[in-house]
Amino acid sequence: MANGNGQAAQDLALKVFIPLAVLGVIVAAWWAVVKLTGTPPYILPDPGAVAAALIKDWPILWPAFVVTTKITFMALGLALVGGTVLAILLVQSRWFELAFYPIAVILQVTPIVAIAPLILIYTPTTQMALLICAFLVAFFPILSNMVQGLKSVDHNHLNLFELYGASWMQTLWHLKIPAAQPYFMTGLKIGGGLSLIAAVVAEFAAGSAGAGSGLAFRLMESQFRLNIPRLFAALLMLSALGVAIFALTSFVAWLVLHRWHESSIEREN
Amino acid sequence: MNTAVDTHIQPTRPLLAMRSVSKLFSNGTQALTDVSLTVRPGEFVSLLGPSGCGKSTALRIIAGLGGASSGSIDWPSTRINPNGKPESDISFVFQEPTLLPWRNVFDNVYLPLQLKGQSRTSASRLVEDALKTVGLTEFRKAFPRELSGGMKMRVSIARAMVTRPKLLLMDEPFAALDEITRQKLNDDVLTLWAETGVSVVFVTHSVFESAYLSTRIVVMKARPGRIHEDFEVNQGAVRDEEFRTSESYRMTCERVSHSLSQAMYGEGGH
Repeated sequence: MANGNGQAAQDLALKVFIPLAVLGVIVAAWWAVVKLTGTPPYILPDPGAVAAALIKDWPILWPAFVVTTKITFMALGLALVGGTVLAILLVQSRWFELAFYPIAVILQVTPIVAIAPLILIYTPTTQMALLICAFLVAFFPILSNMVQGLKSVDHNHLNLFELYGASWMQTLWHLKIPAAQPYFMTGLKIGGGLSLIAAVVAEFAAGSAGAGSGLAFRLMESQFRLNIPRLFAALLMLSALGVAIFALTSFVAWLVLHRWHESSIEREN
Repeated sequence: MNTAVDTHIQPTRPLLAMRSVSKLFSNGTQALTDVSLTVRPGEFVSLLGPSGCGKSTALRIIAGLGGASSGSIDWPSTRINPNGKPESDISFVFQEPTLLPWRNVFDNVYLPLQLKGQSRTSASRLVEDALKTVGLTEFRKAFPRELSGGMKMRVSIARAMVTRPKLLLMDEPFAALDEITRQKLNDDVLTLWAETGVSVVFVTHSVFESAYLSTRIVVMKARPGRIHEDFEVNQGAVRDEEFRTSESYRMTCERVSHSLSQAMYGEGGH
């Protein structure tokens, strides 16, 4: 038992240590390349300059970070609710599926950058436009995964519910939705990543300015001003946000599935 | 295991009466033709036959999963709900345990009562009773993936029995299990049957299983699926280890086996 725990602790240490070591080596190499080649900071700043920019420009970058985070999470939230509700409607009604699935597909396959300027015209604020863009992108993977999940219910389980005279609402609530959870979680993970990407891309396309602008605007602004250390700092914050979203969605998936689903269970042999 | 049986068979109205039931699948296969079968309260009826003889189809029609193409099914001694199905009186045990993997053992057994609108608290006594009869009380919090094949099947049986059904339909429930586990579960089913007075219709492809369990055996033949022979066996015998090696069990096996070969190859058949 103690041996087993020791093994687990060692495993965990390795899991933390190896990625950190690799990251450290990359940063060191970056620093070495900049120093050895004498690259000017407006082409490639060294890690120290980026860290300094992160601290110095924090009052500018932090509000932008908050804006991007808000848009990303609101878009993801709306996409989760919308995608799930629409998936349930599509699966419950053949008529509804015929009518609305093609529209969902059209919205998905049209490049978001192409619609963004149009959305900007019709929405009162830039933030709203960004939110709609991010929503449209995150929505589809959640919808399609959820539809797939709701349709993949074991036929024997459906027979079981029919045998016990379950209403369609009971079948939905006690069978179809739980059975679709693994698919929903896949949609959540994909949608989480995509909503951040869409929030950034949409802001590039929409070109917001001044107050209430997000990290994407700060990125472009830094580029225009040749303030490359700040650009790297903004990029770093976007990466951190992306990693946080990934960690959060993975954790939620683990939380929901670890008791029963194969994907979250360690193989024992 | 001392299983006193048959004492609860009374000459009452039949529980179930299938009359000239036929089933034609949409692909043109005649799955069943002119099947008439009555089940009396307390009987243990095995449907035995080669694959494709329609025994599972017959069971599903009794359960109300997919109706018959022609013929009728009556439930002379039970109330019928507006959907034309007998009310809360049948349970089904599938070939697979069909447990919901996201629910623990207790909640899986609770499911049929939950679907009837019973609260978890008011159902808990019935669920605990059902778990006790299959010997899984200690595993009430376990998830299906943590159980062996035999234990999953026990949970499935507990789930079927929790509604206190009058008729238990079992579709080759133990076919995927090893011989030792299967014998144990056969004895468990017999105990349940003796204690609760439930009638059982048991689909199997095993001569020995049907001879051990049944009070009546219905041998079916294929293409199209129909009844070949319907006979009573070992009425009143006590099914235990001794019975497994007894002369009457051996003779039953021989009789069933002979009937089955007739059904399959038609030598001297009718």
